[in-house]
Amino acid sequence: MAPGLEQYLVLSAVIFSIGLFGAITKRSAVVILICIEIMLAGVNIALVAFSRFITPAELTGQSFSVFVIVVAAAEVAVGLAIILALYRQRHTIDTDKIDLLKW
Amino acid sequence: MGLQIAFWILSITAVAAAAGVVWQTNLFRAALLLVACFLATAGIFVTLSADFLAAAQVIINVGAVAVLIIMSIMLTREVTRGSPSNRLGIPAFWLTGIVTAAIIVAVAKTSWPVSPVPPAEPTSSALALILMGGNGFELVIHMGALLLLATIIGAIVLLKESK
Repeated sequence: MAPGLEQYLVLSAVIFSIGLFGAITKRSAVVILICIEIMLAGVNIALVAFSRFITPAELTGQSFSVFVIVVAAAEVAVGLAIILALYRQRHTIDTDKIDLLKW
Repeated sequence: MGLQIAFWILSITAVAAAAGVVWQTNLFRAALLLVACFLATAGIFVTLSADFLAAAQVIINVGAVAVLIIMSIMLTREVTRGSPSNRLGIPAFWLTGIVTAAIIVAVAKTSWPVSPVPPAEPTSSALALILMGGNGFELVIHMGALLLLATIIGAIVLLKESK
């Protein structure tokens, strides 16, 4: 028997939560970006599972997943550019030390 | 039965790799575990008969995003400093636990209208019709191209040496 929709959704929730935990607790900006990528991968699993089980003929979830991948690639490129620019100025990417916008 | 075994192997790999990214203190190994997580996700897409997305995941995320992240780790010399955690460990653990439990309860309590129709295979031509066809997401595709152009220009401007 094939795995059902619920199994995929639980897997997606677990991967999303691991990414969320890392994004909250890590101090290195690069690792925070990696954890956001993991969260997006979890969301993609949920979208594709909905597409496979609820609208198998229309493929709506898969087309949304394509847009998620596009936006994730753009986000990584700009995020890493910001991190490298920050490293040039401050010589650190520790988010506890970059507190310019913190009150 | 084969699909079930593949699902369990791939999902255990994906969850273990994602947990490894959070546990690992060596940044370079964390980036390699991210690659493992992406590959397992691509395998899960295959079990959901999403062949085009699995290929796109391997090409874009494993091929481009992971290489970009590894290059930026090398450029910022963060490998020597490792990947320390802040003081939010215990509250974050409870928060994410509650989020996961809420999602799982919501998934279990909902009666999903699962369709008995077999999935479209291969998906690439059907997906192309949805994305590029007359009533599809053509405008959004153009906006995606514009977004990528803006991303390239933004990254160049951010990293330009100021004279």
